[in-house]
Amino acid sequence: MALTGIQIFKLTPKKNCKECGCPTCMAFSMKVAQGAMTIDQCPHMSEDAVATLSEASAPPMKTIKAGVKAFADNKNDSEKEFALGGETVLFRHEKTFVNKTRYAASVCTCMDDAAVEARLASVAAIDYDRIGDRMYVEFVAVDCAEGAAPEAYAALVKKADGAGRALILNVKDEACAKAALDVCKDKKPILNAADASNYEAMSKLASDAGVVLGVTGASVEELYDTVAALEKAGNKNLILDLGTASIKDTFANAVLVRRAALKDTDRTFGYPSIVNVGKLASGDSHMQAALAALFTMKYGSIVVMEEMSYAQALPLYGLRQNLFTDPQKAPRIEPGIYPINGADENSVCLTTVDFALTYFLVSGELERSGVPCNLLISDAGGLSVLTSWAAGKFSSGSIAKYIQEFEIESKIKNRTLIIPGKVAVLKGDLEAKLPGWNIVVGPTEAVMLVKFLKDMQANA
Amino acid sequence: MPFTKKLQKFNATVRSVEVGTGDKAVTLGGGNTLPFYSFDAPTTNTAKIGIEISDMGLAHEPDCIKEVYAGCETVADMAKKAITMEGVDFLCLRLEGGDPNGENRPVEELVAVAKEVAEAVDFPLVVEGCKNVEKDAELLSKVAEALQGKNVLLMSAKEENYKNIGAAAGLAYNQLVGAESAVDINLAKQLNVLLKQLGVDSGKVVMNVGSSAAGYGFDYLISTLDRVKAAALGQNDDSLLMPIITPVASETWSVKESVATEEDAPGWGCVVERAIDMEVETAVACLACGSDAVILKHPTSVATVSKLISALS
Repeated sequence: MALTGIQIFKLTPKKNCKECGCPTCMAFSMKVAQGAMTIDQCPHMSEDAVATLSEASAPPMKTIKAGVKAFADNKNDSEKEFALGGETVLFRHEKTFVNKTRYAASVCTCMDDAAVEARLASVAAIDYDRIGDRMYVEFVAVDCAEGAAPEAYAALVKKADGAGRALILNVKDEACAKAALDVCKDKKPILNAADASNYEAMSKLASDAGVVLGVTGASVEELYDTVAALEKAGNKNLILDLGTASIKDTFANAVLVRRAALKDTDRTFGYPSIVNVGKLASGDSHMQAALAALFTMKYGSIVVMEEMSYAQALPLYGLRQNLFTDPQKAPRIEPGIYPINGADENSVCLTTVDFALTYFLVSGELERSGVPCNLLISDAGGLSVLTSWAAGKFSSGSIAKYIQEFEIESKIKNRTLIIPGKVAVLKGDLEAKLPGWNIVVGPTEAVMLVKFLKDMQANA
Repeated sequence: MPFTKKLQKFNATVRSVEVGTGDKAVTLGGGNTLPFYSFDAPTTNTAKIGIEISDMGLAHEPDCIKEVYAGCETVADMAKKAITMEGVDFLCLRLEGGDPNGENRPVEELVAVAKEVAEAVDFPLVVEGCKNVEKDAELLSKVAEALQGKNVLLMSAKEENYKNIGAAAGLAYNQLVGAESAVDINLAKQLNVLLKQLGVDSGKVVMNVGSSAAGYGFDYLISTLDRVKAAALGQNDDSLLMPIITPVASETWSVKESVATEEDAPGWGCVVERAIDMEVETAVACLACGSDAVILKHPTSVATVSKLISALS
């Protein structure tokens, strides 16, 4: 529970020594309450008070780091490990979701070598860019079937590690867990192994190796008790496996755990989660796709599938990208030349704004038309056509400047430029600013582009 | 201290709207928890799935849909086949051929198709227009008149044409009115208020608060659905307590993930699988945020989503 400034003030030495940089202890307390300063910035705070306060002012859900990233998520990403959890709200419109859901494919000691290799090859195959984000399968889950020998499990873990993805060790046997950690602990795998019966031993293994421990329970109450026991023993580097009893129970666990952590600030459940949809719908790829979408929406930090196909991945990664965008910032497309339908330097040019939604509508219709064309995207402040025009960010000047800066005239020979019908008013100005170009006013709505382009092609 | 489940109870309940007549009639809405939160309160009514067919028959459909309806000669034949698919709760006839920028089929012809379908099957029916506001104003009003007594849901009345469609469907011919707004809670609310002022019974209105495919501006839809549900249940907002229907197929079957051929997108694998998963994942995401009904096209998608709804209720 967040403390008020007054509650924090009661714990300060009240000396007004100014060593923290604040004029009074009261001023310092107010800043701590707002989150502008941290309690350890006061040199005179007693250890007890620091412990009480950092516990009380800690975020409701921990950010847990695991794995070594194979690739940066995008050009602004410098994190070396995957950050999981750390959410502060239950719905994206309340603030922003911060750490996106990660996906895993599975291998098992029960699979033969050829099947394992095929599975790992399929993991490597999913790797593409979507609006600046690199999309790939971030984790490989390595299942240890009951009765598997420790050497066999360690060998499989080693082979899985060869795929270059972060690892989740799904194992219940202590000897197998130890053997696996011996071969991969520098890669910071998740040891998804603890339950009510073995948590002490597994917690020791995980802590010694310095890795995150996955905890599960037969019921949400048992899970809670096991986490509480682990925390008491000093292990707070955990992730909660929501179980595979049934789709209904697993979904209930996902919501109950997240809601307890964020709405009721019950920190025992303030950890990220793992959902194994491969086990919930074994052998049914469409149901796994459905469940992956469900648990991306409601509240899986890692979703484990049997295998990830492009068919499953394309909508899933798109969904995740949408879900985890900041609702206060409009998603934008990088300015540049986007050739569509195999366009080349002789293909007609169209221009629109860099607002992602507009781009997707327009590029989708252009693709549907089948007509090769170059879509020119300039920096228009990430606003829609009319809004950016009204704000002066999508004007004859901005378009002409873009054509010059991106050296369009040396890259594209075609001199026909279609502008959105909503900014038809720009035609005259553009003709004056871009001599030699034929400026054509396009339709006012993206849906009319197919007919427009086809007619244009027929009349050419 | 052991964990005690704190349940989230709401005092409001989404209105139940019955589509169709007789034993086959289907009820949309009626829930009083967030979607699939059956642990908060027992599920009172599950989400429903419609299957979509077009007045254009199979002319514009991809091969995998042509295979599903192989042997069907008329739209009525397709309707008969569609309602036999596993998991289908209602039929949706899309009169897309009416689009003045497309085939521009005359209103009389389309009304005849709607009538033929309604007579061929005894099943709850949703009729979608062609999305052109002027054409839909006339088309859907005529359909409402022609299908009197069938308790059909007409989609959709928008801000520009709600007077025509609302008056014909909701007042004159006692049908159900679909109220369509563009991914914004305030626009959704405003249209519901306008329909009420027109005299349409709020118990006969189903909302379409917008739709999009996963990855294509879907963030707006998520937040609109989340916020509409929160306001309806949490604040008992009478003008947002209508059930929500989301046409999914009409969005997902045109994005490149669903249409790019295997030659165009080497490595992406089977186009049918891609189209199905795009449809399934978008539908599930809509349902998880608050749609009370979704409209799909492929039988595998319908069966998968239906199985998931049963598993969660």
